[in-house]
Amino acid sequence: MDKKQNRNEWKRHGIQAIWALLTNSYLLGFAQGKIYRGKLKNLCVPGLNCYSCPGAVGACPIGAMQAVIGSWNFKFAFYVAGFLMFVGALTGRFVCGWLCPFGLIQDLLHKIPFPRKINTFRGDKLLRKLKYVILLVFVILLPMFVVDVMGQGAPYFCKLICPAGTLEGGIPLVLLNRTMRGAVGWLYAWKNLLLLITIFLSMLIYRPFCKYICPLGAVYSVFNPISVFRYRVDREKCTNCKSCAKVCKMQVNPTENANHPECIRCGACKKTCPENAIY
Amino acid sequence: MRKFLLDSKGGICLAALGLVMMGFGILRGEMPVVLQKAINICMECIGIG
Repeated sequence: MDKKQNRNEWKRHGIQAIWALLTNSYLLGFAQGKIYRGKLKNLCVPGLNCYSCPGAVGACPIGAMQAVIGSWNFKFAFYVAGFLMFVGALTGRFVCGWLCPFGLIQDLLHKIPFPRKINTFRGDKLLRKLKYVILLVFVILLPMFVVDVMGQGAPYFCKLICPAGTLEGGIPLVLLNRTMRGAVGWLYAWKNLLLLITIFLSMLIYRPFCKYICPLGAVYSVFNPISVFRYRVDREKCTNCKSCAKVCKMQVNPTENANHPECIRCGACKKTCPENAIY
Repeated sequence: MRKFLLDSKGGICLAALGLVMMGFGILRGEMPVVLQKAINICMECIGIG
């Protein structure tokens, strides 16, 4: 990676970090082992950010969606789905690249030197469809249909899969809160195992959680091709040198499809194009 | 500008639909459900519940 690209990438990480700090700015929570209980939590944040993180000042959209779908009186989450549609229709997966705290964590983990980094592998493309299955099954269908006697469904994605919840909420709360420490069991161990696997894979593969698991990325990816702010390629300027495709860590070829569902709008292709053909 | 708007009409329509859906969801009382979940420690999310 040349110096210019590196500088641009760190600029993006700076914005990701500022956004992560803004949306997790309840510092008292970290000091007291409690979470923010104010009215700001009526609002969803655009990225995957556990609302049980001691610093979180907004609601995680995936957690909020499961909460509404799984509640006894609602079976569809218009508020959260509308929010995701609004954000997605405006920016596509821009949120993944710039405003998701868990994306930032994976970006930084991938910078850790490792003997061999994996760009792609057999079955990579097929595995990327898994996030849509997870969205459908764990975020929508299970909370909707697997309910208790009160008619309430659990947030199955958060409960069984989400490593962001473990990292941002589970670990700090268990460390800071003695009552929580006494309540840990097999589920906590399972979620920590998933987190460890995610951390390890993030060093090898660029953003494995975003590529294969994240239901939020799955939602936004649907809007990538039609979002208001999207990439456009000037075919007259493009020389098909493929430098944009070589620099893309999500393995997208912008000359073929600049708004591929896997594109997280990190801007690396745009910055690297020698002809400024991507705008 | 006109070209940009025409080029983005699908996205603009969906963004507007998203706003309408948000409004409908707020009107039928979904926001308190979100708030209630978000202001209490979600035991499932942190791997305890």
